[in-house]
Amino acid sequence: MATTTTEIPVILSKEEILRYSRHLIMPEVGMEGQQKLKAARVLCIGTGGLGSPLALYLAAAGVGTLGLVDFDVVDYTNLQRQIIHSTADVGRKKLDSAADKLKGINPFLNLRTFDTRLSSENALELFRDFDIIADGTDNFPTRYLVNDACVLTGKPNVYGSIFRFEGQASVFATEDGPCYRCLYPEPPPPGLVPSCAEGGVLGILPGLVGVMQATEVIKLILGIGDPLIGRLLLIDALGMKFRELKLRKNPDCPVCGTHPTVTKLIDYNEFCGIRGEEKPVSNGVPEIQVEELKRRLDAKEDLFVLDVREPHEYQICNIGGHLIPLNDLPNRVNELDSSREIVVHCKMGGRSAKAVAFLQQAGFKKVNNLAGGITAWAERVDPKVPKY
Amino acid sequence: MSKIHIPTPLRQYVGKQSTVEVTGSTVGEALTALVEQHPELRRHLYTEDGRLRAFVNLYVNDEDIRYLQKEATVVNAGDSISIVPSIAGGTLILRSGFQE
Repeated sequence: MATTTTEIPVILSKEEILRYSRHLIMPEVGMEGQQKLKAARVLCIGTGGLGSPLALYLAAAGVGTLGLVDFDVVDYTNLQRQIIHSTADVGRKKLDSAADKLKGINPFLNLRTFDTRLSSENALELFRDFDIIADGTDNFPTRYLVNDACVLTGKPNVYGSIFRFEGQASVFATEDGPCYRCLYPEPPPPGLVPSCAEGGVLGILPGLVGVMQATEVIKLILGIGDPLIGRLLLIDALGMKFRELKLRKNPDCPVCGTHPTVTKLIDYNEFCGIRGEEKPVSNGVPEIQVEELKRRLDAKEDLFVLDVREPHEYQICNIGGHLIPLNDLPNRVNELDSSREIVVHCKMGGRSAKAVAFLQQAGFKKVNNLAGGITAWAERVDPKVPKY
Repeated sequence: MSKIHIPTPLRQYVGKQSTVEVTGSTVGEALTALVEQHPELRRHLYTEDGRLRAFVNLYVNDEDIRYLQKEATVVNAGDSISIVPSIAGGTLILRSGFQE
Protein backbone atom coordinates (compact mmCIF):
# COMPACT_ATOMS: atom_id res chain seq x y z
CA MET A 1 0.00 0.00 0.00
CA ALA A 2 1.60 3.23 -1.06
CA THR A 3 0.93 5.59 1.77
CA THR A 4 1.70 9.22 1.33
CA THR A 5 1.95 9.94 5.03
CA THR A 6 5.41 8.58 5.67
CA GLU A 7 7.51 11.68 5.01
CA ILE A 8 8.31 11.73 8.72
CA PRO A 9 9.60 8.28 9.68
CA VAL A 10 7.26 6.60 12.10
CA ILE A 11 9.02 5.64 15.32
CA LEU A 12 7.60 3.09 17.74
CA SER A 13 7.96 3.82 21.44
CA LYS A 14 9.23 1.23 23.91
CA GLU A 15 5.65 0.58 25.03
CA GLU A 16 4.51 0.11 21.45
CA ILE A 17 7.38 -2.31 20.73
CA LEU A 18 6.27 -4.43 23.66
CA ARG A 19 2.61 -4.17 22.69
CA TYR A 20 3.24 -5.31 19.11
CA SER A 21 5.93 -7.88 19.93
CA ARG A 22 3.95 -10.77 18.41
CA HIS A 23 3.86 -8.83 15.15
CA LEU A 24 7.47 -7.68 15.35
CA ILE A 25 8.91 -11.17 15.72
CA MET A 26 7.07 -12.27 12.60
CA PRO A 27 9.13 -11.59 9.47
CA GLU A 28 5.99 -10.84 7.38
CA VAL A 29 5.30 -7.85 9.61
CA GLY A 30 8.46 -6.95 11.52
CA MET A 31 9.44 -3.41 12.47
CA GLU A 32 8.92 -2.13 8.94
CA GLY A 33 5.43 -3.60 8.74
CA GLN A 34 4.46 -2.29 12.14
CA GLN A 35 5.63 1.16 11.09
CA LYS A 36 3.50 0.89 7.95
CA LEU A 37 0.53 0.00 10.12
CA LYS A 38 1.18 2.98 12.34
CA ALA A 39 1.45 5.29 9.34
CA ALA A 40 -1.74 3.95 7.77
CA ARG A 41 -5.05 5.78 7.82
CA VAL A 42 -8.17 3.63 7.50
CA LEU A 43 -11.73 4.90 7.34
CA CYS A 44 -14.48 2.57 8.62
CA ILE A 45 -18.00 3.42 7.51
CA GLY A 46 -20.35 2.36 10.28
CA THR A 47 -19.73 0.81 13.68
CA GLY A 48 -22.36 -1.88 13.48
CA GLY A 49 -22.14 -5.61 12.84
CA LEU A 50 -19.26 -5.55 10.36
CA GLY A 51 -17.73 -2.32 11.68
CA SER A 52 -17.38 -3.63 15.25
CA PRO A 53 -14.85 -6.42 14.66
CA LEU A 54 -13.25 -4.43 11.87
CA ALA A 55 -12.47 -1.42 14.07
CA LEU A 56 -11.57 -3.50 17.13
CA TYR A 57 -8.97 -5.58 15.29
CA LEU A 58 -7.53 -2.69 13.31
CA ALA A 59 -7.09 -0.70 16.52
CA ALA A 60 -5.53 -3.67 18.30
CA ALA A 61 -3.21 -4.38 15.36
CA GLY A 62 -1.74 -0.89 15.56
CA VAL A 63 -3.30 0.90 12.60
CA GLY A 64 -2.19 4.44 13.41
CA THR A 65 -5.18 6.49 12.29
CA LEU A 66 -8.67 5.10 12.33
CA GLY A 67 -11.63 7.13 11.11
CA LEU A 68 -15.18 6.17 12.07
CA VAL A 69 -18.31 7.49 10.39
CA ASP A 70 -21.62 6.89 12.15
CA PHE A 71 -24.66 8.89 13.20
CA ASP A 72 -26.62 6.13 14.88
CA VAL A 73 -27.43 5.37 18.51
CA VAL A 74 -26.88 1.98 20.18
CA ASP A 75 -30.11 0.00 20.23
CA TYR A 76 -30.94 -3.05 22.30
CA THR A 77 -31.31 -5.22 19.19
CA ASN A 78 -27.75 -4.31 18.10
CA LEU A 79 -26.10 -6.16 20.98
CA GLN A 80 -26.65 -9.62 19.47
CA ARG A 81 -23.84 -8.90 16.96
CA GLN A 82 -22.37 -5.39 17.34
CA ILE A 83 -19.73 -6.42 19.84
CA ILE A 84 -18.05 -3.05 20.15
CA HIS A 85 -21.10 -1.86 22.12
CA SER A 86 -22.19 -3.12 25.51
CA THR A 87 -25.50 -3.20 27.34
CA ALA A 88 -24.65 -0.04 29.26
CA ASP A 89 -24.19 1.78 25.94
CA VAL A 90 -27.81 1.40 24.83
CA GLY A 91 -29.03 4.89 24.01
CA ARG A 92 -25.52 6.33 23.58
CA LYS A 93 -24.11 7.47 20.29
CA LYS A 94 -22.37 4.55 18.60
CA LEU A 95 -19.36 6.77 17.95
CA ASP A 96 -18.90 7.53 21.66
CA SER A 97 -19.40 3.92 22.63
CA ALA A 98 -16.96 2.70 19.97
CA ALA A 99 -14.39 5.38 20.82
CA ASP A 100 -14.33 4.25 24.48
CA LYS A 101 -13.66 0.64 23.53
CA LEU A 102 -11.05 1.44 20.90
CA LYS A 103 -9.13 3.86 23.11
CA GLY A 104 -9.35 1.26 25.87
CA ILE A 105 -7.76 -1.34 23.62
CA ASN A 106 -5.12 0.93 22.18
CA PRO A 107 -4.38 4.37 23.64
CA PHE A 108 -1.79 4.97 20.89
CA LEU A 109 -4.60 5.06 18.33
CA ASN A 110 -5.29 8.34 16.59
CA LEU A 111 -9.06 8.10 16.39
CA ARG A 112 -11.02 10.47 14.18
CA THR A 113 -14.78 10.33 14.56
CA PHE A 114 -17.27 11.80 12.12
CA ASP A 115 -20.74 12.15 13.59
CA THR A 116 -22.54 12.24 10.29
CA ARG A 117 -24.31 10.17 7.69
CA LEU A 118 -21.99 9.40 4.78
CA SER A 119 -23.46 11.22 1.81
CA SER A 120 -22.69 12.32 -1.72
CA GLU A 121 -21.95 15.75 -0.28
CA ASN A 122 -19.28 14.69 2.23
CA ALA A 123 -17.82 11.39 0.95
CA LEU A 124 -15.05 12.74 -1.31
CA GLU A 125 -13.91 15.19 1.34
CA LEU A 126 -13.91 12.51 4.05
CA PHE A 127 -12.09 9.93 1.95
CA ARG A 128 -9.32 12.35 1.02
CA ASP A 129 -7.53 12.03 4.36
CA PHE A 130 -7.50 8.21 4.37
CA ASP A 131 -5.63 5.49 2.48
CA ILE A 132 -8.13 2.63 2.63
CA ILE A 133 -11.91 2.63 3.00
CA ALA A 134 -13.78 -0.25 4.65
CA ASP A 135 -17.55 -0.26 4.31
CA GLY A 136 -19.30 -1.84 7.26
CA THR A 137 -22.79 -0.53 6.59
CA ASP A 138 -24.02 -3.24 4.25
CA ASN A 139 -26.86 -1.44 2.51
CA PHE A 140 -27.20 -0.72 -1.18
CA PRO A 141 -27.16 3.09 -1.27
CA THR A 142 -24.04 3.35 0.91
CA ARG A 143 -22.37 0.52 -0.96
CA TYR A 144 -22.70 2.27 -4.33
CA LEU A 145 -21.75 5.58 -2.78
CA VAL A 146 -18.60 4.11 -1.19
CA ASN A 147 -17.72 2.29 -4.39
CA ASP A 148 -18.06 5.32 -6.62
CA ALA A 149 -16.27 7.61 -4.16
CA CYS A 150 -13.42 5.07 -3.88
CA VAL A 151 -13.06 4.90 -7.66
CA LEU A 152 -13.17 8.70 -7.96
CA THR A 153 -10.58 9.21 -5.20
CA GLY A 154 -8.47 6.16 -6.08
CA LYS A 155 -8.78 4.47 -2.67
CA PRO A 156 -9.21 0.72 -2.23
CA ASN A 157 -12.64 -0.36 -1.01
CA VAL A 158 -12.61 -3.32 1.37
CA TYR A 159 -16.05 -4.84 0.98
CA GLY A 160 -18.13 -7.22 3.06
CA SER A 161 -21.79 -8.14 3.02
CA ILE A 162 -23.95 -10.58 4.91
CA PHE A 163 -27.36 -12.13 4.57
CA ARG A 164 -28.67 -14.50 7.22
CA PHE A 165 -25.84 -17.06 7.27
CA GLU A 166 -24.19 -16.22 3.98
CA GLY A 167 -21.49 -13.64 3.35
CA GLN A 168 -19.46 -12.06 0.57
CA ALA A 169 -16.10 -10.31 0.75
CA SER A 170 -13.79 -8.69 -1.77
CA VAL A 171 -11.43 -5.78 -2.34
CA PHE A 172 -12.67 -3.32 -4.94
CA ALA A 173 -11.43 -0.20 -6.71
CA THR A 174 -7.70 -0.82 -6.55
CA GLU A 175 -5.77 0.60 -9.46
CA ASP A 176 -6.03 -2.43 -11.73
CA GLY A 177 -8.80 -4.38 -10.03
CA PRO A 178 -12.54 -4.40 -10.60
CA CYS A 179 -14.98 -2.27 -8.64
CA TYR A 180 -18.37 -3.22 -7.21
CA ARG A 181 -20.10 -1.83 -10.31
CA CYS A 182 -18.04 -4.13 -12.56
CA LEU A 183 -19.83 -6.89 -10.68
CA TYR A 184 -23.25 -5.28 -10.27
CA PRO A 185 -23.73 -2.17 -12.42
CA GLU A 186 -27.10 -1.52 -10.76
CA PRO A 187 -28.83 -2.45 -7.52
CA PRO A 188 -31.82 -4.78 -7.48
CA PRO A 189 -35.21 -3.08 -7.61
CA PRO A 190 -36.61 -2.87 -4.05
CA GLY A 191 -39.58 -5.17 -4.67
CA LEU A 192 -37.38 -8.10 -5.63
CA VAL A 193 -35.07 -8.08 -2.65
CA PRO A 194 -36.26 -10.53 -0.04
CA SER A 195 -38.65 -8.85 2.34
CA CYS A 196 -38.29 -8.34 6.06
CA ALA A 197 -39.83 -11.76 6.57
CA GLU A 198 -36.66 -13.35 5.28
CA GLY A 199 -34.29 -10.90 6.92
CA GLY A 200 -32.25 -11.41 10.02
CA VAL A 201 -28.65 -12.42 10.44
CA LEU A 202 -26.77 -14.96 12.48
CA GLY A 203 -24.92 -12.88 15.08
CA ILE A 204 -21.50 -14.39 14.46
CA LEU A 205 -21.62 -13.84 10.71
CA PRO A 206 -20.74 -10.13 10.69
CA GLY A 207 -17.94 -11.12 13.06
CA LEU A 208 -16.58 -13.60 10.56
CA VAL A 209 -16.92 -11.27 7.57
CA GLY A 210 -15.79 -8.14 9.46
CA VAL A 211 -12.61 -9.93 10.51
CA MET A 212 -12.05 -10.89 6.88
CA GLN A 213 -12.35 -7.23 5.96
CA ALA A 214 -9.86 -6.36 8.71
CA THR A 215 -7.49 -9.04 7.38
CA GLU A 216 -7.64 -7.57 3.89
CA VAL A 217 -7.03 -4.05 5.22
CA ILE A 218 -3.93 -5.23 7.10
CA LYS A 219 -2.63 -7.12 4.05
CA LEU A 220 -3.09 -4.07 1.84
CA ILE A 221 -1.18 -1.92 4.32
CA LEU A 222 1.64 -4.42 4.71
CA GLY A 223 1.70 -5.29 1.01
CA ILE A 224 1.81 -9.01 1.74
CA GLY A 225 -0.11 -12.07 0.66
CA ASP A 226 -2.79 -12.26 -2.02
CA PRO A 227 -5.47 -9.69 -1.41
CA LEU A 228 -9.04 -10.42 -2.51
CA ILE A 229 -8.60 -8.21 -5.57
CA GLY A 230 -10.48 -9.66 -8.55
CA ARG A 231 -11.94 -12.37 -6.37
CA LEU A 232 -15.30 -12.62 -4.65
CA LEU A 233 -15.23 -14.83 -1.59
CA LEU A 234 -18.53 -16.53 -0.80
CA ILE A 235 -18.97 -17.64 2.78
CA ASP A 236 -21.59 -20.18 3.79
CA ALA A 237 -21.50 -20.31 7.57
CA LEU A 238 -24.12 -23.03 7.81
CA GLY A 239 -22.23 -25.45 5.59
CA MET A 240 -18.95 -23.80 6.68
CA LYS A 241 -17.97 -23.73 3.03
CA PHE A 242 -15.91 -21.08 1.33
CA ARG A 243 -15.94 -20.65 -2.43
CA GLU A 244 -14.36 -18.03 -4.60
CA LEU A 245 -15.33 -16.57 -7.94
CA LYS A 246 -13.17 -14.66 -10.41
CA LEU A 247 -14.03 -11.02 -10.94
CA ARG A 248 -12.88 -9.03 -13.92
CA LYS A 249 -12.53 -5.34 -14.44
CA ASN A 250 -15.31 -4.51 -16.86
CA PRO A 251 -14.13 -2.15 -19.62
CA ASP A 252 -17.76 -0.99 -19.94
CA CYS A 253 -18.13 -0.35 -16.19
CA PRO A 254 -20.13 2.88 -15.72
CA VAL A 255 -17.67 4.22 -13.14
CA CYS A 256 -14.22 2.59 -13.60
CA GLY A 257 -14.49 1.58 -17.28
CA THR A 258 -12.79 3.15 -20.25
CA HIS A 259 -15.68 5.55 -20.99
CA PRO A 260 -17.31 6.16 -17.60
CA THR A 261 -20.77 7.69 -17.41
CA VAL A 262 -20.57 8.26 -13.65
CA THR A 263 -17.98 10.98 -13.12
CA LYS A 264 -19.32 12.48 -9.92
CA LEU A 265 -21.37 11.26 -6.99
CA ILE A 266 -25.12 10.96 -7.55
CA ASP A 267 -28.24 10.57 -5.39
CA TYR A 268 -27.80 6.99 -4.20
CA ASN A 269 -31.16 6.66 -2.47
CA GLU A 270 -32.88 7.53 -5.70
CA PHE A 271 -30.49 5.24 -7.62
CA CYS A 272 -31.51 2.38 -5.33
CA GLY A 273 -35.21 3.14 -5.73
CA ILE A 274 -35.63 4.57 -2.25
CA ARG A 275 -37.55 7.77 -1.95
CA GLY A 276 -38.80 9.99 0.79
CA GLU A 277 -38.66 9.66 4.54
CA GLU A 278 -39.15 6.43 6.38
CA LYS A 279 -42.80 5.61 6.72
CA PRO A 280 -44.65 2.35 6.98
CA VAL A 281 -45.70 1.67 3.43
CA SER A 282 -49.42 1.22 2.99
CA ASN A 283 -49.58 1.19 -0.84
CA GLY A 284 -52.82 3.15 -0.56
CA VAL A 285 -54.78 0.19 0.82
CA PRO A 286 -57.48 0.84 3.46
CA GLU A 287 -56.09 1.01 6.97
CA ILE A 288 -57.27 0.64 10.51
CA GLN A 289 -55.41 1.98 13.56
CA VAL A 290 -54.47 -0.31 16.45
CA GLU A 291 -56.68 1.61 18.92
CA GLU A 292 -59.70 1.12 16.71
CA LEU A 293 -58.99 -2.59 16.31
CA LYS A 294 -58.74 -2.94 20.09
CA ARG A 295 -62.02 -1.09 20.62
CA ARG A 296 -63.85 -3.16 18.04
CA LEU A 297 -62.47 -6.47 19.31
CA ASP A 298 -63.45 -5.50 22.86
CA ALA A 299 -66.93 -4.71 21.58
CA LYS A 300 -67.04 -8.28 20.19
CA GLU A 301 -67.58 -7.10 16.64
CA ASP A 302 -67.28 -9.78 13.98
CA LEU A 303 -63.71 -9.22 12.81
CA PHE A 304 -61.32 -11.80 11.42
CA VAL A 305 -57.69 -11.05 12.25
CA LEU A 306 -55.23 -12.42 9.70
CA ASP A 307 -51.52 -12.53 10.56
CA VAL A 308 -49.29 -12.77 7.46
CA ARG A 309 -45.94 -13.05 9.24
CA GLU A 310 -43.78 -16.18 9.32
CA PRO A 311 -44.43 -19.00 11.85
CA HIS A 312 -41.21 -18.21 13.76
CA GLU A 313 -42.37 -14.63 14.19
CA TYR A 314 -45.77 -15.84 15.43
CA GLN A 315 -43.90 -17.77 18.13
CA ILE A 316 -42.24 -14.55 19.33
CA CYS A 317 -45.56 -12.81 19.84
CA ASN A 318 -49.07 -12.77 18.42
CA ILE A 319 -52.49 -11.27 19.00
CA GLY A 320 -54.36 -14.46 18.24
CA GLY A 321 -54.71 -13.87 14.51
CA HIS A 322 -55.08 -16.65 11.96
CA LEU A 323 -51.58 -17.29 10.59
CA ILE A 324 -51.01 -17.49 6.84
CA PRO A 325 -47.53 -16.27 5.81
CA LEU A 326 -47.68 -13.77 2.95
CA ASN A 327 -45.96 -16.14 0.53
CA ASP A 328 -48.53 -18.88 1.25
CA LEU A 329 -51.54 -16.61 0.88
CA PRO A 330 -52.22 -17.31 -2.81
CA ASN A 331 -52.43 -21.05 -2.10
CA ARG A 332 -54.42 -20.75 1.11
CA VAL A 333 -56.83 -17.96 0.26
CA ASN A 334 -59.72 -20.48 0.46
CA GLU A 335 -59.23 -20.55 4.25
CA LEU A 336 -60.68 -17.04 4.34
CA ASP A 337 -64.35 -16.06 4.34
CA SER A 338 -64.85 -13.08 2.02
CA SER A 339 -68.19 -12.25 3.63
CA ARG A 340 -66.49 -11.39 6.94
CA GLU A 341 -64.53 -8.24 7.64
CA ILE A 342 -60.79 -9.01 7.72
CA VAL A 343 -58.00 -7.08 9.41
CA VAL A 344 -54.54 -8.08 8.16
CA HIS A 345 -51.38 -7.44 10.13
CA CYS A 346 -47.66 -8.22 10.04
CA LYS A 347 -44.77 -6.78 12.04
CA MET A 348 -44.85 -3.17 10.82
CA GLY A 349 -47.53 -3.01 8.13
CA GLY A 350 -45.52 -3.55 4.92
CA ARG A 351 -46.25 -7.19 4.20
CA SER A 352 -49.86 -6.91 5.35
CA ALA A 353 -50.39 -4.03 2.90
CA LYS A 354 -49.29 -6.38 0.11
CA ALA A 355 -51.66 -9.03 1.46
CA VAL A 356 -54.57 -6.54 1.49
CA ALA A 357 -53.83 -5.52 -2.09
CA PHE A 358 -53.72 -9.20 -3.09
CA LEU A 359 -57.00 -10.00 -1.33
CA GLN A 360 -58.70 -7.00 -2.93
CA GLN A 361 -57.64 -8.28 -6.34
CA ALA A 362 -58.98 -11.69 -5.38
CA GLY A 363 -62.39 -10.09 -4.83
CA PHE A 364 -62.39 -9.47 -1.07
CA LYS A 365 -64.30 -6.26 -0.34
CA LYS A 366 -63.94 -5.84 3.43
CA VAL A 367 -60.21 -5.98 4.10
CA ASN A 368 -58.18 -3.50 6.15
CA ASN A 369 -54.48 -3.23 6.88
CA LEU A 370 -53.47 -2.78 10.51
CA ALA A 371 -51.32 0.37 10.37
CA GLY A 372 -47.96 -0.15 12.06
CA GLY A 373 -48.57 -3.87 12.59
CA ILE A 374 -48.05 -5.76 15.82
CA THR A 375 -45.26 -3.32 16.70
CA ALA A 376 -47.77 -0.47 16.91
CA TRP A 377 -50.06 -2.76 18.91
CA ALA A 378 -47.22 -3.43 21.38
CA GLU A 379 -46.42 0.27 21.63
CA ARG A 380 -49.92 1.70 21.87
CA VAL A 381 -52.32 -1.03 23.02
CA ASP A 382 -50.64 -3.83 24.92
CA PRO A 383 -47.15 -3.26 26.37
CA LYS A 384 -47.00 -6.92 27.41
CA VAL A 385 -46.55 -7.88 23.75
CA PRO A 386 -42.79 -8.04 23.12
CA LYS A 387 -41.27 -6.01 20.31
CA TYR A 388 -38.66 -7.58 18.05
CA MET B 1 -26.34 -33.38 -14.89
CA SER B 2 -24.92 -30.22 -13.44
CA LYS B 3 -25.36 -28.64 -10.07
CA ILE B 4 -26.77 -25.14 -9.60
CA HIS B 5 -25.85 -23.38 -6.37
CA ILE B 6 -28.83 -21.43 -5.04
CA PRO B 7 -28.01 -18.40 -2.86
CA THR B 8 -29.77 -17.97 0.48
CA PRO B 9 -32.25 -15.28 -0.60
CA LEU B 10 -33.59 -17.49 -3.40
CA ARG B 11 -33.73 -20.79 -1.52
CA GLN B 12 -37.31 -20.13 -0.44
CA TYR B 13 -38.37 -20.56 -4.09
CA VAL B 14 -36.69 -23.95 -4.55
CA GLY B 15 -38.00 -25.79 -1.52
CA LYS B 16 -35.16 -24.49 0.70
CA GLN B 17 -32.50 -26.48 -1.17
CA SER B 18 -28.97 -25.08 -1.43
CA THR B 19 -28.25 -26.88 -4.70
CA VAL B 20 -30.48 -28.18 -7.47
CA GLU B 21 -29.44 -30.79 -10.05
CA VAL B 22 -30.53 -30.06 -13.61
CA THR B 23 -29.81 -31.26 -17.13
CA GLY B 24 -28.85 -28.88 -19.89
CA SER B 25 -25.89 -28.52 -22.20
CA THR B 26 -25.68 -24.73 -21.81
CA VAL B 27 -26.23 -22.29 -18.95
CA GLY B 28 -29.42 -21.10 -20.65
CA GLU B 29 -30.81 -24.63 -20.90
CA ALA B 30 -29.86 -25.42 -17.32
CA LEU B 31 -31.65 -22.29 -16.10
CA THR B 32 -34.70 -23.05 -18.18
CA ALA B 33 -34.82 -26.49 -16.56
CA LEU B 34 -34.41 -24.87 -13.15
CA VAL B 35 -37.29 -22.42 -13.54
CA GLU B 36 -39.48 -25.16 -15.04
CA GLN B 37 -38.91 -27.19 -11.88
CA HIS B 38 -39.39 -24.11 -9.70
CA PRO B 39 -41.67 -21.62 -11.50
CA GLU B 40 -41.69 -19.15 -8.59
CA LEU B 41 -38.02 -18.49 -9.21
CA ARG B 42 -38.59 -17.18 -12.71
CA ARG B 43 -39.44 -13.56 -11.89
CA HIS B 44 -36.43 -13.32 -9.60
CA LEU B 45 -34.03 -14.34 -12.36
CA TYR B 46 -35.68 -12.95 -15.48
CA THR B 47 -37.32 -9.67 -16.44
CA GLU B 48 -40.83 -9.74 -17.88
CA ASP B 49 -39.42 -9.76 -21.40
CA GLY B 50 -37.31 -12.80 -20.57
CA ARG B 51 -33.88 -11.28 -20.09
CA LEU B 52 -31.64 -12.19 -17.16
CA ARG B 53 -31.84 -9.55 -14.46
CA ALA B 54 -28.86 -7.20 -14.15
CA PHE B 55 -28.25 -7.89 -10.45
CA VAL B 56 -28.10 -11.66 -10.93
CA ASN B 57 -24.64 -12.87 -11.91
CA LEU B 58 -23.99 -16.38 -13.15
CA TYR B 59 -20.81 -18.36 -12.95
CA VAL B 60 -19.77 -21.68 -14.40
CA ASN B 61 -17.34 -23.02 -11.84
CA ASP B 62 -15.48 -19.78 -10.94
CA GLU B 63 -15.91 -17.94 -14.25
CA ASP B 64 -18.44 -15.19 -14.90
CA ILE B 65 -20.49 -16.18 -17.96
CA ARG B 66 -20.47 -12.54 -19.14
CA TYR B 67 -16.83 -13.17 -20.07
CA LEU B 68 -17.55 -16.60 -21.58
CA GLN B 69 -20.41 -17.15 -24.05
CA LYS B 70 -23.08 -15.74 -21.75
CA GLU B 71 -26.15 -17.99 -21.63
CA ALA B 72 -24.75 -20.07 -24.50
CA THR B 73 -21.80 -21.07 -22.30
CA VAL B 74 -21.41 -24.84 -22.46
CA VAL B 75 -21.92 -26.77 -19.25
CA ASN B 76 -20.18 -30.12 -18.99
CA ALA B 77 -21.09 -32.96 -16.67
CA GLY B 78 -19.76 -32.18 -13.22
CA ASP B 79 -19.61 -28.40 -13.77
CA SER B 80 -21.30 -26.28 -11.18
CA ILE B 81 -23.32 -23.17 -11.92
CA SER B 82 -23.58 -20.46 -9.27
CA ILE B 83 -26.28 -17.83 -9.08
CA VAL B 84 -24.78 -14.88 -7.22
CA PRO B 85 -27.16 -11.98 -6.55
CA SER B 86 -26.13 -8.78 -4.83
CA ILE B 87 -26.94 -9.06 -1.13
CA ALA B 88 -27.24 -6.53 1.67
CA GLY B 89 -28.03 -7.43 5.24
CA GLY B 90 -27.70 -4.05 6.84
CA THR B 91 -30.30 -1.48 7.75
CA LEU B 92 -31.03 1.07 5.10
CA ILE B 93 -30.32 4.71 5.64
CA LEU B 94 -33.83 5.43 4.50
CA ARG B 95 -35.97 2.42 4.91
CA SER B 96 -38.36 1.45 2.21
CA GLY B 97 -41.30 -0.87 2.11
CA PHE B 98 -39.28 -4.00 1.53
CA GLN B 99 -37.37 -3.91 4.76
CA GLU B 100 -38.94 -3.49 8.14
